[in-house]
Amino acid sequence: MTTEAAVLPGARYTWGGDEFLFVEVSEAMSLPANFKVMSIARRLSAASLPGIVDICPANASLLVRFDPDLLPPKQLETAVREIERDLISHQERALETRIIEVPVWYEDPFTAEVAQRFREGFHQEPGGSDIDYAAKVNHLKDAAEFIQRHHEQPWLVSMVGFVAGLPFLFQLVDRDKQLEVPKYLSPRTDTPKLTVGHGGCFGCIYSVRGAGGYQMFGVAAAPIFDPAQELADFKDFMVFFRPGDIVKFKPVTETEYNAIQAEIAAGTFRYRQAPVIFELSKALADPEGYNRELMEALDGI
Amino acid sequence: MAFEIGNPGLATTVQDQGRTGHYNVGIPQSGSMDQYSAELGNALVGNTAREAVLECTYLGPVVTTDSDTVVAVTGAPVEVKVNGEARPQWSRLLLKAGDQLSFGVIQGGTRYYIAVQGGIDVPEVLGSRSTYSLGGIGGFKGRKLEAGDVVPVGAPLGGGKLPPAETVPEEFRPIYAKEQEVRIVLGLYDHRLTDEGLANLLNEEWKVTPVADRMGLRYSGPGVKWEDREQPFGAGSDPSNIVDAGYAVGSIQIPGGTQPIILHRDAVSGGGYAMVGTVISADMDLVARAAPGTATRFVAVSLADALKARRDLAERRHKAWAALGANR
Repeated sequence: MTTEAAVLPGARYTWGGDEFLFVEVSEAMSLPANFKVMSIARRLSAASLPGIVDICPANASLLVRFDPDLLPPKQLETAVREIERDLISHQERALETRIIEVPVWYEDPFTAEVAQRFREGFHQEPGGSDIDYAAKVNHLKDAAEFIQRHHEQPWLVSMVGFVAGLPFLFQLVDRDKQLEVPKYLSPRTDTPKLTVGHGGCFGCIYSVRGAGGYQMFGVAAAPIFDPAQELADFKDFMVFFRPGDIVKFKPVTETEYNAIQAEIAAGTFRYRQAPVIFELSKALADPEGYNRELMEALDGI
Repeated sequence: MAFEIGNPGLATTVQDQGRTGHYNVGIPQSGSMDQYSAELGNALVGNTAREAVLECTYLGPVVTTDSDTVVAVTGAPVEVKVNGEARPQWSRLLLKAGDQLSFGVIQGGTRYYIAVQGGIDVPEVLGSRSTYSLGGIGGFKGRKLEAGDVVPVGAPLGGGKLPPAETVPEEFRPIYAKEQEVRIVLGLYDHRLTDEGLANLLNEEWKVTPVADRMGLRYSGPGVKWEDREQPFGAGSDPSNIVDAGYAVGSIQIPGGTQPIILHRDAVSGGGYAMVGTVISADMDLVARAAPGTATRFVAVSLADALKARRDLAERRHKAWAALGANR
């Protein structure tokens, strides 16, 4: 990451019909691009312009929905361009966020069963498992090494969406250490709820059961989307993740997974989480050293 | 009061004007696919445009009312029956307790709407009664209706006052044609198409395939071509791939360059396929009415034209309410 320029060229502005402004900060994914997207989104949100309907920060771009009857398109574009210009001299260097530990049962039977149904014509290597394939294309020894790499360094929630509450995750490591795995050749019509998946350079957690094209490595043990808002972590909102959250996966065994299911059933499950200030320059200069610092926030929680 | 659901029909859901403000976490706007038709149903029964209706898809439900009430069926042409007898569409119908509302075969289009005095009274979720089936929120228990459901209906608004006119005049009813011209604003990633690809999109005819639902409509046609290039980091290997981004509602993506998909009201909020343009807001209801086989031409217009069309539609809506003597 140290080789990447922290300063990006100007964004590209384009219209999605008469109700959407699309701001492409970068064609390529990078931490500085995502940080800039989040900075623009936060400032635009704080500006509270009448007529703004939705502000949707994504990995390297921002989508803004507006009501043109209340906010003329040109006025919105001018406002966002001003925010972007102002970031050059007043770049936000820190993000107030939180780090969350997410227990995962890797190589679980639920995703294995679904994977079995989508091999020939769907998968690059129908004879093997998704995780063996992921290890191979990343030139790793075996599935165990891939799992180690997957959970030992934390991930940034770079976008929430696709379906309700699904986080896209970008691992906080140098680009040459990023895990990259092609998506399925053709999307599946089924994916278990809470599947921990991966496509391109992005990880994700499927919030609901349904179609999907990402490789499947395991299942998260606890809900991330709870419309009934029964667990304490969902008291304020039915969606758990927000852009900017930092996720540390924790591998769990079948026994530990089952213990978590019992806590969920009893309504007592809480995610381990702690507030952190995420500093872009530190994350770029020494990702792994800085990650250790971030992860210390979870000690004793 | 309530509606008792017999045969639920193919996909009958509670919908209203939709749920905005949560697209940033992947919750789509939902709401009636054909907003214009749904709200004129509300106008006929003395509601505002905000009340929830039942959206019926191709095959409608059998509904029995447990109280005297007022309903109207608008949208795609279909035979409307009360206790088995034909009744007019786009007109107010007075029902007695125990009356049964049912439907014949749809004659065109895709969806019709049952509006009821007082509106369908399911609880609001995030500010709307609309059903988002994939997320299991809103509507009746977050899902399409099933046989045996008892769907609550609200108390009449404004003391049960009904507008003077009982029927929407012909001139204010949509046309359900087998050919459509859909206006789009080019943009987003249209620069990534080859000239030939863009020409195919705009000059050739595209047909709605059977893969069309509340999430989106897929079209078949000559396909398009994407410029070859070295893909940016994180974007995926196909030239139609981008780093996952937010999707505008109404935007057109063309995965692999084969079949364009127009995203509609229950669409996924983002993903990794390049979009080449967006249906203008004034034509989203038109797209919602397109049945499989509809021959479609995409017509590029400017943003200024799109805004003009939006004002024209608002004016038409206003005139339709005024023609009924109703208050929106």
